[in-house]
Amino acid sequence: MLVLLFILFAGMAIGCALAVVAQRNPLYSAISLIGVFISLACLYVMLAAPFIAAVQVIVYAGAIMVLVVFVIMLLNVEEEAHRRPRLKFLLPVAIALSAVLIAEVAFILVSVQESRITPASGSADVGLTQSIGSALFTRYLLPFEITSILLLMAIVGAMTLARRGGLLSGNDKTRRD
Amino acid sequence: MDTQTALDIALKLVAITVAFTVVLLIVAYTVLAERRVLGFIQGRLGPNRVGYGGMLQPFADLLKFIFKEDIVPDKSTRFIYFLAPVVATMAALMTMIVYPFGPELRIPFTDIVIPLTIARLDIGLLYVLGITSIGVYGIMLAGWSSNNKYSLMGGLRSSAQMISYELALGMSLIGVILLAGTLDLAQIVEQQSGWHGTRWFILFHPLGFVIYMIAAIAETNRVPFDLPEAETELVAGFHTEYSAMKFALFFLAEYINMFTVSMLATTLFLGGWNVPFAEDIFGRGTFLFGLVSAIGFILKVIFFLFLYIWLRGTLPRFRFDQLMNFGWKILLPFALLSIFITATLIFLFPNL
Repeated sequence: MLVLLFILFAGMAIGCALAVVAQRNPLYSAISLIGVFISLACLYVMLAAPFIAAVQVIVYAGAIMVLVVFVIMLLNVEEEAHRRPRLKFLLPVAIALSAVLIAEVAFILVSVQESRITPASGSADVGLTQSIGSALFTRYLLPFEITSILLLMAIVGAMTLARRGGLLSGNDKTRRD
Repeated sequence: MDTQTALDIALKLVAITVAFTVVLLIVAYTVLAERRVLGFIQGRLGPNRVGYGGMLQPFADLLKFIFKEDIVPDKSTRFIYFLAPVVATMAALMTMIVYPFGPELRIPFTDIVIPLTIARLDIGLLYVLGITSIGVYGIMLAGWSSNNKYSLMGGLRSSAQMISYELALGMSLIGVILLAGTLDLAQIVEQQSGWHGTRWFILFHPLGFVIYMIAAIAETNRVPFDLPEAETELVAGFHTEYSAMKFALFFLAEYINMFTVSMLATTLFLGGWNVPFAEDIFGRGTFLFGLVSAIGFILKVIFFLFLYIWLRGTLPRFRFDQLMNFGWKILLPFALLSIFITATLIFLFPNL
């Protein structure tokens, strides 16, 4: 049963991921990417990590991709004409890089199989909200706070870029109220 | 697969079917109620010819939708045009499974206990928020794929509005999460059963409740926040090019969304299925207690649905810049303030 579900969701993820690259229409690519995120969320649920799954859907599918789709709709990007790729030298580079990636994954798989260390049997509540929350706010408090400061910096940076003349110059003429 | 899991799956399927049927029936009659109540507010009768007092009107409407000609715009993006209403309706229906409609119902004279909730998730609240955020795509893609400038404007407006108000909506729920200490909707309801079933979270978090209601109306694109389908400006907004059953799906999605948003408000702020003093009269765990609680839950939800209709009959529409200013400059700061107040309350009186 679980294997069947895994094959279903993993197949969906791979299929959607291929569609992201293969589609000519940018909006179709974006929708396929949403499909990837949702099938990944399903996989997280199967790994008994419902919190991560929910956050995956809320943050990626619900927030980031909405903005991406929004921008594509606003710009109304036309379907890319079927033309010969200009950057031909990228093709071997891409093949080489993906070969490296596949080698890495294969290495991890093999080394996990060969190592005799049994995986630490986590308690039943390892993926639940409460355990994640208590770990975030005790053991990993510093990284958590640093991440929030990074995000704050990103927000301030975005505002500075969006307001012409910079945030501190007090140039409010560009504002439209 | 042994028989036990097969039985479980069959039970779940039955539960899902029953819940969806009940909810869709209530939604169908909400449409009728809206037309009748609006008629009452505006000093006219409303539909009252099909069946007794118009009771069969929803089915007549359904038949009309099925038999109408299905027109697909020539220059539309075909696949996405068909996908959009499906996404909207599916996202609206999927949240249904986590709400606790009532406590466990014990069938009299037997040992059979039926839980009145389909799935009990540890992350129930996050699940609802996640699925709701998927619902935006239905409207966005409908607006884009119709290849109509009014539709596109409607879709853009709607998605901008929904993204903006989603923030205030999420913020207003944080107070409840702080009070309950869990995201599990069933546990949140359990915690409101103190004080003879009147320990509702609205008492500790009133500002959050007001903000939630405003943001929820905006999320469902209802009056006074129904700019995406402002007739005077945008014809019919994102569903201008949709006809027959595909339009009906959007229509359905809107009303299901109203219903689920009302259910969430009831669950989080108005005590869910807790009916005051029901426990003292019937005793916990009895059949009557379960029945009364479930009816109480539905009545609270119907109150919210009535509120929606009432607002539609009363309020004019916002202007778009007013909408954005209100969302970002008033609602969001107040939502932050409400978190602050509730957190301070919990800190000062830990055994509230």
